[in-house]
Amino acid sequence: MLTPLIPEIGHFALIIALLMAALQAVVPLAGAATRRPLWMAYARPMAAGQFLFLIVAYACLTASYLLDDFSVATVANNSNSLLPWYYKASAVWGNHEGSVLLWSLILGAWTFAVSRFSRELPRDMLARVLGVMGLVSAGFLAFVLITSNPFARLLPNPPADGADLNPLLQDVGLIIHPPMLYMGYVGFSVVFAFAIAALLGGRLDAAWTRWARPWTNVAWAFLSVGIALGSWWAYYELGWGGWWFWDPVENASLLPWLAGTALIHSLAVTEKRGAFKSWTVLLAISTFSLSLMGTFLVRSGVLTSVHAFANDPSRGLFILVLLGITVGASLLLFALRAPRVSHRVGFTWLSRDALLLVNNILLVIMTVTVLLGTVYPLLLDALNLGKISVGPPYFNALFVPLTVILCVFMGLGPLAHWKRTAGGSLLRRVWLAGAAALGIGLLAPLVYGGEWNLKVTLGLVAALWVVLPLVRDLWEKSRDSKGRRLAGLRRLSLAHWGMVLGHLGLAVTIVGVTVVSNYAVERNVRMAVGDSVEVAGYTFTMTELGSRRGPNYVADAARIQVRRGDDARGFVMTPEKRLYIARGMPMTDVALRPGLFRDLYVAMGEDLGDGSWALRLQYKPFVRWLWLGALLMAVGGILAVIDRRYRRAATAPDPERVPREVAA
Amino acid sequence: MARLIRVLLMLALLGPALAQAAIEVRDFDDPVMRERFASLTATLRCPKCQNQSIGDSDSPIAGDMRQRVYQLLEDGRSDKEILDFMVRRFGDYVLYNPRLEGRTLLLWGLPAALLLGGALLVVLVVRARRRASSRRLSADERARLDALIGREEQR
Amino acid sequence: MKRRLLLLLPLVGFLVLGGFLYQGLSINPAERDSALVAKPFPAFALSALDDPGRTLDASLLQGEVTLVNVWGEWCPTCKQEMPQLLELADRGVRLVGVDYKDSREKGRQFLAEFGNPFEVNLFDPEGSLGFDLGVYGAPESFLVDADGVIRYHHTGYISPEDVTEVILPEVEKWRD
Repeated sequence: MLTPLIPEIGHFALIIALLMAALQAVVPLAGAATRRPLWMAYARPMAAGQFLFLIVAYACLTASYLLDDFSVATVANNSNSLLPWYYKASAVWGNHEGSVLLWSLILGAWTFAVSRFSRELPRDMLARVLGVMGLVSAGFLAFVLITSNPFARLLPNPPADGADLNPLLQDVGLIIHPPMLYMGYVGFSVVFAFAIAALLGGRLDAAWTRWARPWTNVAWAFLSVGIALGSWWAYYELGWGGWWFWDPVENASLLPWLAGTALIHSLAVTEKRGAFKSWTVLLAISTFSLSLMGTFLVRSGVLTSVHAFANDPSRGLFILVLLGITVGASLLLFALRAPRVSHRVGFTWLSRDALLLVNNILLVIMTVTVLLGTVYPLLLDALNLGKISVGPPYFNALFVPLTVILCVFMGLGPLAHWKRTAGGSLLRRVWLAGAAALGIGLLAPLVYGGEWNLKVTLGLVAALWVVLPLVRDLWEKSRDSKGRRLAGLRRLSLAHWGMVLGHLGLAVTIVGVTVVSNYAVERNVRMAVGDSVEVAGYTFTMTELGSRRGPNYVADAARIQVRRGDDARGFVMTPEKRLYIARGMPMTDVALRPGLFRDLYVAMGEDLGDGSWALRLQYKPFVRWLWLGALLMAVGGILAVIDRRYRRAATAPDPERVPREVAA
Repeated sequence: MARLIRVLLMLALLGPALAQAAIEVRDFDDPVMRERFASLTATLRCPKCQNQSIGDSDSPIAGDMRQRVYQLLEDGRSDKEILDFMVRRFGDYVLYNPRLEGRTLLLWGLPAALLLGGALLVVLVVRARRRASSRRLSADERARLDALIGREEQR
Repeated sequence: MKRRLLLLLPLVGFLVLGGFLYQGLSINPAERDSALVAKPFPAFALSALDDPGRTLDASLLQGEVTLVNVWGEWCPTCKQEMPQLLELADRGVRLVGVDYKDSREKGRQFLAEFGNPFEVNLFDPEGSLGFDLGVYGAPESFLVDADGVIRYHHTGYISPEDVTEVILPEVEKWRD
């Protein structure tokens, strides 16, 4: 009986959330400016209320999907009564309207979390932080309500059934990829808000960086996982085994990740050493700005991307205005309020400070390069200089060498001391690692691939050079003062382990990229029942062809028996070619045999008549390492946060000694 | 009615936005040819699709272009000749690897310039900081600094 | 003062980028000029749709400004475009059709049903001429001048407004 009202309740809750966001923005900021405690105290209850009403709105939309309320336009366009319930629930964010609502919900959650866990913040600081987040939230909620209302109805004549969710999106990878990604994008709003609050309050000491660091690490970890999930999803879902396409939408997620990586390092320098203060503020603003710009690029249709949402110029304009106000105002504030005189914190060539400076500059160059390549076709077009494309060959040509250079310095960074490092002792501690990296890197391609390959060597040396000095360092630290092994490791802070895992993760990813790019094997073959094909030492035999019916599709399915060499025991892979009924859309359902050191990948193509099918057989060595590395990085980011330093951190500058290691 | 049209239009737009790979069986006698075919079809952009190489797209034009690349390879044409052949028909748009020319100078040059500028910046900053570190802080300055940064033990 | 200016740099950079993004909103990235504009019409040797025995080549396009329209029975937009093409023919524009990736039978049926504004139709079942023209869909139209050089390219549907506002002025422009 209440069911027809659910979308209306959701819509109404969304409006209330917008009003609360506006209050959360205006009153505390005004209160902080005029030093009125009562006004400042508005921030926390409004954050809680906004979050509550966003939950209500989101729950109502989900209910509309689950109850097949096709009078709601987004439900009619993106769901279907035959869809399993879990895809109905995830179809909520499989489209523009629902995904911006999810974006807003997540922003509400971050705001609420900040209001809960930052009680120790000075009152005016908290008021400003929540105020800034309220501003962002109000902007986005206005965007949702004005241009992208997910509750818009198709009345009085709702369709009898929905158009179904795009089959490519009916997948577990897609259930979790966008929420993770948004957790990352939106999470950077916290450090952004802290930076703006610091600028507003004129308190550009190191304190804000200490408060903001854990939030930044968490957001960065989520973004890492989100990007990896997207890559993994594309890998098995799009059917050709690619894992990164340098598509504008992927670049849009990589940009804040790169800037965010620079940011978590520069926050460390500012917190520990009080150096690079303006720079860190600028990076904090830039990281979130790039998140917002990614949203604009994906949803405005200015760039051609495989992931394009249904585009609408009015939405593009709205986001651009939002982007212009947010970023423009922040950068103006930065220009006006950033500290005039920089503190001359001293350090020498060989110091962690200098190496982190190099790290930041390289990461910024990488960010600018990706941004440049992404928007360059647009720039030329706007200047009437013709249409060009910038794709994988360009990005690979620039990104790979930049990464290698970055790795050179990454090998030294964790071993260097703040302020200055004695060159001799550093050399003594890394030469063995360097020699080993070089040796293994030169020999590994010979052992593995049978012939020497410069690219493989370069990638492996870079990865080993990042890891081996860390291992050596841990080995040294494992001895405590009495010379007992391993006892020392227990004394290392979680933040240190976080840094170790983060760097290790990058190395693992680099190994994965290197090996899979150079040693993957791909064969397109024609196969009928009884045929055998050998690829990379595996024999694939088609034993059966049949058809099958799923909940909302019909499929042709093959059984492929796979054996390695003379090994009698094998396994079966079952690729499918599906036809989704509601959209009449054919889909390849890939059969994957994952492994730590290799994936086997079978995709079914076309029926070639005469009982044979086109199949794509692929051997993908080390491909799992790509995502494993990202996962390690994310775990590293989280470990650094649960370091007890932060749990009692936000009190006034602490005279007590804190663990000496720094999460980089 | 207008709304219905908009909905239909949106459906039409959503449909082909993501498309899967085409799988074709082609015989190569020479593994080098196979490699060249793979790299050429990966670096040519499908003119009809959203953002896919002709090797990844199953649109008809991408199929025609792959077929043409294959023929030209069989005819013994060089990679450059094949790319030129495509550009003459479909424009620079089909090149994922933009050529270095006047209008792409910034695209290729800026990263290199930034790298040089970055190196220079590091040199300038570290030299300035080195001087700063050689200057002794007064007791007063040190106290202030310590208070500001919540001084911690340095290794 | 110098430092203050330096701090303004990010804002300036962002405003420039924002300006481009704003312009980008009114640009359709899918709309592209043909690479063949100002180039001679590609050579071909194709049979006429209604007469398999008659082979036509590029000399067909010499001597008069011609609108070459690429169509196919399989293309729904081509059906909607027909009234405009008929109007152009009525107004004295010479039209040559290219029946692209079609069967002879279906192509003929299409013309019987929707009208035939074309002086002659080239039958291009393999899409070889279409490929040389850089065509990746239909309909597409090429305006060829009296010397056989392509002067204007129209991607997609010619709307009733396009007839008077775009096509006819272009034809006039190249007639002199």
